[in-house]
Amino acid sequence: MSVSTCPSESPSLLDATDRAIVLATQAGLPLVPDPWGAVGRPLGLGAEEVRARLARMQEVGIVRRIAAVPNHYRLGYVANGMTVWDVDDARIVRLGREVATLPGVSHCYRRPRHLPDWPYNLFAMLHGHTREEVERQAEALRALLGEACRDHRILYSSRILKKTGLRLAGRPGAGRKPEPRR
Amino acid sequence: MVTLDALDRQLIDAYQRGLPVCERPFAAMAARLGSSEAEVLERLARLARLEVLSRVGPVFDHARAGASLLAAVAAPGAERDAVAEAINRAPGVNHNYLREHDFNLWFVMTAPDEEVLEARLDALEAELEREILRLPMLEGFHIDLGFPIPWHELEAP
Repeated sequence: MSVSTCPSESPSLLDATDRAIVLATQAGLPLVPDPWGAVGRPLGLGAEEVRARLARMQEVGIVRRIAAVPNHYRLGYVANGMTVWDVDDARIVRLGREVATLPGVSHCYRRPRHLPDWPYNLFAMLHGHTREEVERQAEALRALLGEACRDHRILYSSRILKKTGLRLAGRPGAGRKPEPRR
Repeated sequence: MVTLDALDRQLIDAYQRGLPVCERPFAAMAARLGSSEAEVLERLARLARLEVLSRVGPVFDHARAGASLLAAVAAPGAERDAVAEAINRAPGVNHNYLREHDFNLWFVMTAPDEEVLEARLDALEAELEREILRLPMLEGFHIDLGFPIPWHELEAP
């Protein structure tokens, strides 16, 4: 799996110790009673320091959450549609915030248009158990956008060619568990 | 479909948004669910093994720790697989999806900073000899409330 080596990555946000913790935890915490201590031991860090650093990374937003991360695909969310919308620039920020709260929406972003090939400036990832469900979600989104939306498309994924949550490179075997491949 | 009992479901429902980041997180979870630390650990390990959980741990926002960009390429018919392979080989690519559109290959390119990101995209564009649609995030409306897991539907035959 190709992951980038980024030793100089964002020095203001992550120091070398933070990066070592990211490397040691990005594939998952060890499932033992004291996971922070187990992460810290090979790094020469105490449990408290590991916990405090992860908490700080969470405060500044580098860590979104520390959680039991479900594999939605395995839980029946087998239809995923990347919906793309051509939305009036003057209203996109207000509408984007509303779209992000709709059921089934996991991510919602504004991105640039590339005319004439690509007129879409709002992206919303929809997840459902069937394409019909994703289409109903898209209908709700369409209704919310109303006349501010000129055009839209649903791009279903037909195959995952590569997927990894890993980003920082480590030594081979440094990760605890590879990301499941689907 | 794997069989998940009430405790498995409670673990996923209650902790997909976050674990208690305390000294003994699994003991705290066990106390709340009326279980034991050992049992919670065993269940989480099983759920991970079954790939019902991708992992138990931090979810990093990599956009905050470096540069990344959503990109797309149109690679019709016979050329598709070779182009997809070249994309997967390129340094910094961490997702690549086949989607139903003229722009059919969608990938995320990452790099330590914007400069390297541009260089990687330029190099890949030259290698592929086709235009890469570059779609950086201008604004995120990310809420991510998690998903209600449809336990009943999952049990349907």
